[in-house]
Amino acid sequence: MSSTRRQLLAAGSAGGITVLLQPWPAVAAVTPALESAIARFTGGSPVQTGRVTLAVDAVVENGNTVPLSVSVQSAMTAAEHVRRIAIFTELNPQPEVAVFHLGPASGHAQVSTRMRMASSQNVIAMAVMNDGSVWQHRVAVSVALAACLEGE
Amino acid sequence: MASPVRALLRLPATARPGEVVEVRLLMQHPMETGFRPDATGRTVPRNILRRIEARFEGELVFAADLFPAITANPYIAFPLRATKSGTLTVNIEGDHGVAQRETAVITVA
Repeated sequence: MSSTRRQLLAAGSAGGITVLLQPWPAVAAVTPALESAIARFTGGSPVQTGRVTLAVDAVVENGNTVPLSVSVQSAMTAAEHVRRIAIFTELNPQPEVAVFHLGPASGHAQVSTRMRMASSQNVIAMAVMNDGSVWQHRVAVSVALAACLEGE
Repeated sequence: MASPVRALLRLPATARPGEVVEVRLLMQHPMETGFRPDATGRTVPRNILRRIEARFEGELVFAADLFPAITANPYIAFPLRATKSGTLTVNIEGDHGVAQRETAVITVA
């Protein structure tokens, strides 16, 4: 009887630890603002996963400056190229971070910049191709020190 | 009146025909988000750079729409296929009437 209870407590505490250690965030938080921002960018086309690579650290110390780079698999010719690349966040006050417009004159489909993050959240890189297809890559980023939203 | 934005536009001085070079643009700007209260609790009005347009010899080769989540002193790196010698002109537009032009020359041989 007592050993059963001990096992139960042990299992319970182990379970609690498991929950705490789950990679954050476990579930994508799609807010209405993010949905409408994505709809504006894609024009309602279905979003597929792949072709886009968002390079950003999984753990960043300072949310005030998070370097990132987006590249897309594309020949970047007149016949096949990336038209636009967008970066979105799930939990920043405004979901859009930047929209980049490219074309065959770019040669490569790769852009880099630095962004702010208000909290740990998913960052989404999305690309619209010249054939109208839309591709994305979603990366969970943990932020130790969030970008300043409060006054100092 | 908008104060001038200090900007650094860098691209390689020379390139081979067809080579893809990286253009780097660094601008000195606070990129005030418009979400942040000051010490008295009032929200600091938004003041950001909104739009970057890069033209090579008049042809639009790259553009970027920026939002408040871009860091202060924005940095953007983008590719450009070097086909001929010429001038890259970058126009920077922002809140409070910021409108600025930077140029850089590349020699393709």
